Amino acid sequence: MSGVTLVRRIAARPTIVFDLMTTAEGVASWWGPQDLPVVRAEVDARVGGAYRVHFRTLDGGEHEACGEFLEVVPPRRIVMSYRYTLGGEPGEEGRTSRIEVDLTPIADGTEVTLKHVDLRSEVSERSHTWGWSGALDKLVRHAATVDAEGRKT
Amino acid sequence: MVNYRPRDLDRVFATLSDPTRRAILARLAKAESLSISVLAEPFAITLPAVMKHLDVLGDAGLVTRSKQGRTVAVRLSPAPLRRATEWLRRYERFWSSALDRLAAQAEHKEAEARDAESGEARR
Repeated sequence: MSGVTLVRRIAARPTIVFDLMTTAEGVASWWGPQDLPVVRAEVDARVGGAYRVHFRTLDGGEHEACGEFLEVVPPRRIVMSYRYTLGGEPGEEGRTSRIEVDLTPIADGTEVTLKHVDLRSEVSERSHTWGWSGALDKLVRHAATVDAEGRKT
Repeated sequence: MVNYRPRDLDRVFATLSDPTRRAILARLAKAESLSISVLAEPFAITLPAVMKHLDVLGDAGLVTRSKQGRTVAVRLSPAPLRRATEWLRRYERFWSSALDRLAAQAEHKEAEARDAESGEARR
């Protein structure tokens, strides 16, 4: 049930952002953790359709992420499953997580909310009470000060 | 480099999936250490139920218990929480960087679209 949320304001209309997220050409232009060209992207953006993105990282790593589109509501919402068939984050091998993207029109463009959820979750454990990562952050910050004091003594 | 042992991470995240256990950790984060009875006070569950949650938290390495005279002091153990957050950070960095490029591409296309529209308007 763990996950991350990112919110980004983009000075472009929702249809443009939506196209970049639902076409192979679009996805190939931005996907990946570093500024390296995507090796190959295949995107069939309809409910039940599949996508596959092969990208590289600066450490020479080869990664391929893939999944299915679970919701496609142009130009507002995209939900897809996510898993690595090659490379990926350590500890997430062979697991399926989920990406939820909401595009909200704002005065000068689009607010993008991207949630990557169900990281490390078991298939049986489907929780709707996502959203504790902020609380977790606070805990960790607090715990870090406690820990530092502990080490001093 | 932090070593992410999948089983330890699973255990921490599974432990955190329960709201009572998160509330217990939040209380411990504010205090140096608490006795089990003080810790249990605000929760509308029985003391044995609180003890069970503490067992789960202890197994995941999130709390430690030590006997102090006739009471048991419970403390937060921060290292597993920190590892869990660091692991999530990797995903945050991944998407943050990807969204930077998505924004740059979209804004470039927006400028092109506006140029085309104003060209049509002039015709």
